[in-house]
Amino acid sequence: MLAIYLALKEVWHSKGRFLLICLIVALITTLVLFIAALAEGLGNGNREYIQKLNGELIVYQENVDLSIPSSRIGRATTNALRRVGGVADVGQVFFSDATIVFADGQDDLDISLLGVEPGRPGEPPALQGHGLGRSRGNDVVIDGNVATRRNVGVGDTIILKVTQGTDEEFYALAVVGITDGRQYSIRPGIFVPYLTWDKVRPQGDEPTSQGDLVSNIAVVKLVDGNDVVAMAQRLEEQVNKIEAVDRVAAYEATPGYSAQQSTLDTQRYFTFFIGILVIGGFFQIQTLQKVAQIGMLKAIGASNLTIALAAITQIIAINALGVLLGAVGSLLLGLSFPPGIPIVFTGNAVLTAVGALMLIGPLGGLVSVWALLKVEPLTALGLAQ
Amino acid sequence: MESVLRAEAVTKLYGSGPGATRAVDDVSLAIEPGEFVALVGPSGSGKTSMLAMLAGLLAPSTGKIQIAGEDLTAMSEARRTRFRGQSIGFAFQSNNLVPYLTARENVELMLRLNGKLDRKNRKRTEELLIRLGLGDRMSNYPGQLSGGQQQRVAIARALIHEPQIVLADEPTASLDTERANQVVETFAALIHEQQRAGVMVTHDLRMCKYVDRVIRMMDGKVSHILSDRAEIDALATLANL
Repeated sequence: MLAIYLALKEVWHSKGRFLLICLIVALITTLVLFIAALAEGLGNGNREYIQKLNGELIVYQENVDLSIPSSRIGRATTNALRRVGGVADVGQVFFSDATIVFADGQDDLDISLLGVEPGRPGEPPALQGHGLGRSRGNDVVIDGNVATRRNVGVGDTIILKVTQGTDEEFYALAVVGITDGRQYSIRPGIFVPYLTWDKVRPQGDEPTSQGDLVSNIAVVKLVDGNDVVAMAQRLEEQVNKIEAVDRVAAYEATPGYSAQQSTLDTQRYFTFFIGILVIGGFFQIQTLQKVAQIGMLKAIGASNLTIALAAITQIIAINALGVLLGAVGSLLLGLSFPPGIPIVFTGNAVLTAVGALMLIGPLGGLVSVWALLKVEPLTALGLAQ
Repeated sequence: MESVLRAEAVTKLYGSGPGATRAVDDVSLAIEPGEFVALVGPSGSGKTSMLAMLAGLLAPSTGKIQIAGEDLTAMSEARRTRFRGQSIGFAFQSNNLVPYLTARENVELMLRLNGKLDRKNRKRTEELLIRLGLGDRMSNYPGQLSGGQQQRVAIARALIHEPQIVLADEPTASLDTERANQVVETFAALIHEQQRAGVMVTHDLRMCKYVDRVIRMMDGKVSHILSDRAEIDALATLANL
């Protein structure tokens, strides 16, 4: 009780100084949370489509290092995959990029144009409207992000701009369904039947497909979703020239994904570390300034426990207040961001970061608490042993 | 009367071997309740080391120190800290008060330390501060008080928890003559009135006129003891010239 009394009296008496360190903690918190949100946002942008696929295994061409643009999976391979025991269904997915243009003056929007086999793995579920019921036609299911960023709804028509040969071509597609966030390569995805995809995708002068439509990957849905490892092996044994991996391995292999996530993680850890040093430094300087006063308190009968508890109370209270301020500030700031900025606060990431930030105070304060314990009451008399 | 503070053949060595310094060399003394003693002597005479040992802040190399029958040298560190809070009152030369507590809170700190902060004792704190001329300064922080006022708060703090002994280290060091006299005079009066045993280390011999005994130290040993009133007054008068 005495410890808390002393701790709070001191904080109240030096409000300005403690508020300053509180604000520093708040800023560090903001930085950590935003880096975490950015990691989440950018990570989502890269992995969302693959992560949410309705199949357990992703099949690539062999020896392409799991690179989607390099991988080629033909009809024959797909059929071979379908014949393997334990496979429930297989869907080919075709990747390319395009741009949606708007007649009403809204900015162009770069998207990932994905061709899917209607009704098969790879096609996302429509949350509004309906799915791609027919395998021909100009129907499109769009990523929820397109809908929120550019105000597009079911029943609207979007205009796709692609380069084919040396010409710019425009295709009108009818939005029949809206799915949730399905980004790939930091672009929202739009989904068309693969025959439509073959017609509207960007391409060179010569047609590349001679009857056999070659996709980039095949998505395999298994009969038993728990049998992923064994099934990957079986597919590779029974079908020539393929490599099968689970969804996590697939999105971690997307270009730049791992490098980006590890860079952001490094930043986050460094920020934590800086936080620990800043708090540690602040309280250590405070402690050094108070040596004589602490000596006096010990001389008149304050125990080491009281002195240490007072310091720890201060550190924890100031740290917690700073983290709370920072967290609330970040979330409010995050709300004010326009859609399309890859900042995503997820409950889990925020709680983990806040929990870890709550520790920077106690960790940083260890040195100063140790220093407080070492102060001799004898210093009150101007003597030292 | 029974001595409340007793030092027996106390020696303090700094360092070891042939190079060791004898800061205090075989000093014995006994002080009764209601007695105020001045410990004087030149710098390096060992008076501050002696005070530190009497306070339980420094362990003697040999010898024994007893306060109210309890052996300070035999206590554990934690027990000694608690004992200091209960049985000893302190007034230091500087850094005396907690800067973030008001005058009243500084005095009450001793009551909090001992779990004795009740209504009756709050009232006593108030009365003591009024007695010391700080009635209108109780809510001021040390930074808002003059040196003399701070010393008087320290005196109140040294006495409020009714300790057996009261120790002061150069309490007048930063004060002018008039304030120094005021502070020590009040201090002496309270020690006598409340029957505490008081020890004051000072280099200011003028302050000796308020004490009952003057112990002069020199090179770690007691060189002179004055306990005759006339002799003490003569010393103080001489110092005043």
